[in-house]
Amino acid sequence: MMRLKVNGQDHQIDAEPDTPLLYVLRDDLKLNAAKFGCGLGQCGSCTVIIDGKAVLSCVTPMVLLEGKQVTTLEGLGNVSQPAPIQRAFMEEQAAQCGYCIAGMMMRAQALLQRNRKPTDEQIRSELAPHLCRCGTHMRILRAVHRAARLMETAELAPADKRSAQ
Amino acid sequence: MKKKIIIGGIISVLLAGGAASAFAIIWRPAIAAIAPPKPESFGPVLVKRGRELAALGNCNDCHTVRGARNFAGGVPVPTPFGTVYSSNITPDPETGIGRWSEQAFLRAMRSGVDREGRHLYPTFPYDHFTNVSDDDDRALYAFLMTREPVRAGAPANQLSFPFNQRAVVAGWKLLFLRRDAYRPDPAKSAEWNRGAYLVEGLAHCSACHTPRNALGAERLNAVFAGGDVESWKAYAINAQSPSPVPWDADALYAYLRSGYHPDHGTARGPMAEVVSNLSAVQASDVHAIAIYMADAFGAPSPERKRQGEAALAQAKSAPAAIAPANATGAAIYAAACANCHESGRSVPYGGVNLGLSTAVSGPDPRNLANIVLAGVRPDEGERSSIMPGPPASMSDAQIATLLNYLRARFSTQPAWSHVERIVAEARRTQTVSLETEAGARNAPAAPSQRDKP
Repeated sequence: MMRLKVNGQDHQIDAEPDTPLLYVLRDDLKLNAAKFGCGLGQCGSCTVIIDGKAVLSCVTPMVLLEGKQVTTLEGLGNVSQPAPIQRAFMEEQAAQCGYCIAGMMMRAQALLQRNRKPTDEQIRSELAPHLCRCGTHMRILRAVHRAARLMETAELAPADKRSAQ
Repeated sequence: MKKKIIIGGIISVLLAGGAASAFAIIWRPAIAAIAPPKPESFGPVLVKRGRELAALGNCNDCHTVRGARNFAGGVPVPTPFGTVYSSNITPDPETGIGRWSEQAFLRAMRSGVDREGRHLYPTFPYDHFTNVSDDDDRALYAFLMTREPVRAGAPANQLSFPFNQRAVVAGWKLLFLRRDAYRPDPAKSAEWNRGAYLVEGLAHCSACHTPRNALGAERLNAVFAGGDVESWKAYAINAQSPSPVPWDADALYAYLRSGYHPDHGTARGPMAEVVSNLSAVQASDVHAIAIYMADAFGAPSPERKRQGEAALAQAKSAPAAIAPANATGAAIYAAACANCHESGRSVPYGGVNLGLSTAVSGPDPRNLANIVLAGVRPDEGERSSIMPGPPASMSDAQIATLLNYLRARFSTQPAWSHVERIVAEARRTQTVSLETEAGARNAPAAPSQRDKP
């Protein structure tokens, strides 16, 4: 058994040391925002935030996570109380099929936490490891800029406050 | 009295002679400045040939700051004597070579002296460029003089005394600048000789792949025995090559041309820029380099050949089901690496089997640490390798654990030492050069660019 802190809550996890974090999130904790895309760390749909940094959860084994804080999209906000990044993606209608969007939002969130006003180029470079086959890239780009503006005025998401402590 | 005068006379003559010969060694005249030649004064065929030669010479690697303007210089080159900044080789009249005549350019290439007559530091590899033909120098001149002029002065070199005195370079040249380093060998094929001309001249392979002596010159008794470049190991590319599978001409050609080979893996670090440049030149020139270098590696001994075949066989077989001594390293490998590196898909669609990787079997863990930390970003518009990174969730100690596991499992070589310290150093030094830009800089890698002058 190992202890894992996800979205501010402690969990006791019974998993092999080489089990990818993504499997634990989806199968054990029923947190389904992070998606299984390629399982090779090449598409970005499984991205979560660990200690403030965007991480590909499908290639991150549990053995690396002792004492770390994991934030998933569920930890940022929900439909009734969306975080700025979620509101921005909804307002820009940045999702088409939506499979990549949770990962996109998590990496964009990590970017905005360390750079409150990223340039177009910085956003493109940051999100380069994420694949979107629907082609909503321009909307995603606009959504990240909108989220940056929202964050200037809005409160940070609840889980954010916790992980920022 | 008379005797004294004679002795005094002899001493004066000697002193004067010494001063005169020192002057002759050190002093070089300035070559008159010219009005920058008009780009249209150079023929397009010559310019295009110059473009290929500049790619073969890897000029952009040292003369272009990542993400900045092409050939505008200012790249810091660390040496044991301090930092030398590359110069601006665009035709800007004030800060570049806009006022250099062709004759001044030829002299710089041939003997490392700038237009004003100052000795250039041998970080500019004129010890190789002295082998470049006049015709090729003229094409290079035409190419550079038709680039966009960029106004950019290089920062002042940071060298300690006496190395900050350019006269010292004259002494260095006296000791180490050979003008007869390359001679065609009539006993070898035309292709071999073409390769020798390129490798020993413009491509200056041994500048990185040969170790240097205390004065920074290539050691002639250890040609191609491996050197250090930036924070990377340039592997031995002779009989001492640490590659698990011996290189041959076909593998060298594929690797140098496309940047990867199924039995060897993917070029990374400074070599990634070299292969990116080599993707844009005549295939026949890359082939000639491969022929010559295969000869430099030498035919593998029967023992070496057998080891290579064993490595290839092991890479194709299922992994051995034994309990690893390093359980943490094994767990990281299983979750983070094996899905690609044991996929059975050929490079670049899968990762190279690490039993074939020179980074794992090499003499120190620097290159492996650099690759794990940075990942591999794919080149735009090209078939190329991809590896996720950097692994934000891994500490230096955890990466060191992984590296030790890989070494023990995939290499027959003894364990590395100081792995964690080397990982920490790699993390410090590589961030700027590897994480900021996607792909190699200024590489005409996109196929659509290859025919442009």
